[in-house]
Amino acid sequence: MNSGRIVGMALLGAMLGTAAIGATRAAEPPLKVGLLEDVSGDLAFMGMPKLHGSQLAVEEINKSGGILGRQIELIHLDPQGDNARYQEFGRRLLNRDKVDVLIGGITSASREALRPIVDRTTTPYFYTNQYEGGVCDASMVSMGAVPEQQFSTLIPWMVEKFGKKVYVIAADYNFGQISAEWNRKIMKDLGGEVVGEEFIPLGVSQFAQTIQNIQKAKPDWLLTINVGAAQDSFFEQAAAANLNLPMGSSIKIMLGFEHKRFKPPALNNMHATANWFEEIDTPEANDFKKRWHAKFPDELYINDMGYNAYNALYMYKALVEKAKSTKLEDMRKVIASGDACIDAPEGKVCIDPKSQHTSHRMRLISVGPKHEVTVEKDYGTIQPYWLGEIGCDLTKKNDKDQYTPSHLPSKS
Amino acid sequence: MSAELFSVFYQFADVFAFLILSAAGLAIVFGMMGVINMAHGEFIMCGAYVTVGLVNLGVPLPIAQILAALTAGIIGMIVEFLIVRRFYKRPLDSLLATWGLSLIVTQSMLLIVGSAVRGIGTPEGSFAIGGYTFSTYRLVLFFCAVAVLAGLYIIFMKTRFGVIARATMQNAAMAKALGARTGRIYSISFGIGTALAGLCGALYAPTMTLIPTMGATFVVESFVTVVIGGANVLLGTAPAAVFLAMIRMALNASYGQIIGQIGMLFAVILIIRVLPEGLSSVLVRRGR
Repeated sequence: MNSGRIVGMALLGAMLGTAAIGATRAAEPPLKVGLLEDVSGDLAFMGMPKLHGSQLAVEEINKSGGILGRQIELIHLDPQGDNARYQEFGRRLLNRDKVDVLIGGITSASREALRPIVDRTTTPYFYTNQYEGGVCDASMVSMGAVPEQQFSTLIPWMVEKFGKKVYVIAADYNFGQISAEWNRKIMKDLGGEVVGEEFIPLGVSQFAQTIQNIQKAKPDWLLTINVGAAQDSFFEQAAAANLNLPMGSSIKIMLGFEHKRFKPPALNNMHATANWFEEIDTPEANDFKKRWHAKFPDELYINDMGYNAYNALYMYKALVEKAKSTKLEDMRKVIASGDACIDAPEGKVCIDPKSQHTSHRMRLISVGPKHEVTVEKDYGTIQPYWLGEIGCDLTKKNDKDQYTPSHLPSKS
Repeated sequence: MSAELFSVFYQFADVFAFLILSAAGLAIVFGMMGVINMAHGEFIMCGAYVTVGLVNLGVPLPIAQILAALTAGIIGMIVEFLIVRRFYKRPLDSLLATWGLSLIVTQSMLLIVGSAVRGIGTPEGSFAIGGYTFSTYRLVLFFCAVAVLAGLYIIFMKTRFGVIARATMQNAAMAKALGARTGRIYSISFGIGTALAGLCGALYAPTMTLIPTMGATFVVESFVTVVIGGANVLLGTAPAAVFLAMIRMALNASYGQIIGQIGMLFAVILIIRVLPEGLSSVLVRRGR
């Protein structure tokens, strides 16, 4: 199988080579795109599609003439899932390589480690994952889905279909904690009950006790926001113990492709709301999948992170070309005009001026006993409205903060 | 009531099996031979990957697991011959060498096999008691752990090889003078240790996600079990696992996994503070 790193290095070498040749021909130097994605360590299986999506987009854009006539040079570093390394490599890309844009980060912990470093520069930063939402920061553009797109759709549907009692198992770091907070808030509004909440340290792989705690609490369904390969062992162990409960999640299937990694029926009855999953069957999506698999024939699954990473480069291209500038302040003027849109494989997506988060077409999917994916409901395009409603307005004020249902902007 | 009681036993057995199976190999290599094997987790990973590979080729699971353990044992003997042998008198250097080996192995697996391998699924079978359902395979793991303990005891206490091995570990020069082929003893002991690590990976392979760094999830538990077991590993490892399993199970059940993990590691700190020689020192003193 291919190694991302070797491919990355080779590609980098090739690009540096072509850049050097190009430099003698054209006066315009290439645009430098700094990319931080884990392609080794515990999250490598998720990070690999992100690298591939970025490489595919760079190749396509370069082939069709680049951005404002300039070629893109992709500089990828592998922080190996280590937040300290994210900071070190982030500084290196921003200060030494002087990249024009920084993209990447997998966990919310890595994003929050990077953000203060980005904020000290005038370089734009694209975060390409779905996440727990709430970041109100002018330097950051978020390409993935957020709770008002994922939880506000999924949780009411699960309550209506399966019942009002939910048990939560969540990874014990900012993503899991804040997502659980979202669930508490939405369940309260719906008159539901959280009968149990268990936070799992990253790296824990044994769940016999958790499974029994769940059986004791007798929930109607489970919210599974456990993260990483070790914690995913929960599904195998729950299936072996015949737990047999409906499950919902904001990160399973379209992100972790557990239905491809586990033997059926371990993921039977899992539900998720997603802006992208490989099973989307539209002409645009099929065309995109064909190009991807032509370039990366060994890809097990094109996950939403990889898809969002691909979109991020096209969004960057759109912003730069509309602004006719690579400066963050000029790009933000385009965002403020509400005109920052691209035609993505899922459909048209736009950046919301107030929060700099992206609108998405959301679908609710379910997994069957043979791990087949069915679209249960199509919500159409949902705006990332929550930050704007609670008072984040980046066109007026740069908060540089992350808000949650229990940490709202102070009224001023 | 009986359902609750069984559930407590089941949870205890589950944690106990995890501790024993992950620690057994290390008990031989670290506890007896004094080699700090930082690549212990990678031998576990090796056992898991070989098992999954063989099952995908159509080999029945139990046979695949035995072959995986043997593979890990043979690779262990090769590693002993090529690397570890040169570090018996330099324990800290052996730490560095085996750590380097572990890094090379995890990265190579990532390059060769890829970042994720499709699982094989836990063998069918679950049973219900009261309101709870349990996986039969987890009980199989418990009986395997007990069998491993019994097997180790027999090999090292009841066989001629065991006597010579223990003599070699205590005083290699004297054993050599008396005619023991100490080089071979070291090699076989290391092989047994890595085979047990491979067995751990083989047994847990169906229940887990396979990634190249999966060994890391076993390493902390295996080291703490061996360390608080103390100098006499054959005597210390089992009581250490019982002790840690009880603490972890009780805390997991009442306060969840975070407190369970913190509590277990806290207990380890206390034990090392109060009994620097580990649990086996108490047992040995009693025995005298």
